[in-house]
Amino acid sequence: MDPAFITPFIASVQNVFSTMMQLPVQLGDPSVKMTPAVSYDVSGIIGMSGDVVGNVVISLPMPTALRLVALFTGTEMKADNPDFADAIGELANMISGNAKGMFAGKKRVQISCPSVVIGSNHTVARPKDVPCIVIPASTDCGQFVIEIAVAQRENTQAQSADATAEANA
Amino acid sequence: MRILLIDDSKTMRNIQKSVLAQLGHTTVEEACDGQDALNKVGAFQPELILVDWNMPNMDGLTFVKNFRQTNKNTPLIMVTTESEKARVIEAIKAGVNNYVIKPFTPDLLSQRITETLAKRAA
Repeated sequence: MDPAFITPFIASVQNVFSTMMQLPVQLGDPSVKMTPAVSYDVSGIIGMSGDVVGNVVISLPMPTALRLVALFTGTEMKADNPDFADAIGELANMISGNAKGMFAGKKRVQISCPSVVIGSNHTVARPKDVPCIVIPASTDCGQFVIEIAVAQRENTQAQSADATAEANA
Repeated sequence: MRILLIDDSKTMRNIQKSVLAQLGHTTVEEACDGQDALNKVGAFQPELILVDWNMPNMDGLTFVKNFRQTNKNTPLIMVTTESEKARVIEAIKAGVNNYVIKPFTPDLLSQRITETLAKRAA
């Protein structure tokens, strides 16, 4: 995967957590994930379309998710409260939206409204042939991961190559 | 002052309501998308609107274009993750008066609300 799709998410997750929750985030080394199952029990999912294709998942263990939601909303709540999923979805929305603004070049990228899945051993379908990169993150509220399966759409790759060739001609 | 908050996230509306309360604004109506907002503006007659961009049913930009067909004066602040320059220009051309990029600090949102209302009063 093009590292230009990874770096913005590293900056974005730190920006969102520090701005909205005053919560520092330590990020580990990205790695390629081979299995379709998400890492933890709570997933905030955002689809990306336009010049890119794919999706981004913020995957959290339940205890981390409960602590983060309490900090973000200022209210302790259980996972079956509809506001819990709303808060996880808004975090995923801000991380993805902020990251797409940092993508290199003038890409036209749209993000979907967030979906949230709660439950152990669930999977999130990803586009075929798009590798999933996992970035581990650690905070005072616990650990979580960002799973990024995003690639440039093939026809826009060809257009970019044409534009580069024209510019160099 | 009557203020309409349009965002599909209740969490985000609550954060914005908290900032408004600190500024002394408590007459707040909420809408969960652009269509819901269009249904409410007639009865509520907002004097300030904060609107998200990406929402189901009707997005914020479509709401702004629809709303501005009949109301040129009520100040609108777009509060969104859309940070690309082209998107900001698109929103301003549609009739948005000010722009706040998520994530934001309470101080920044408060400042944008205050300056938007000050320009309207001038």
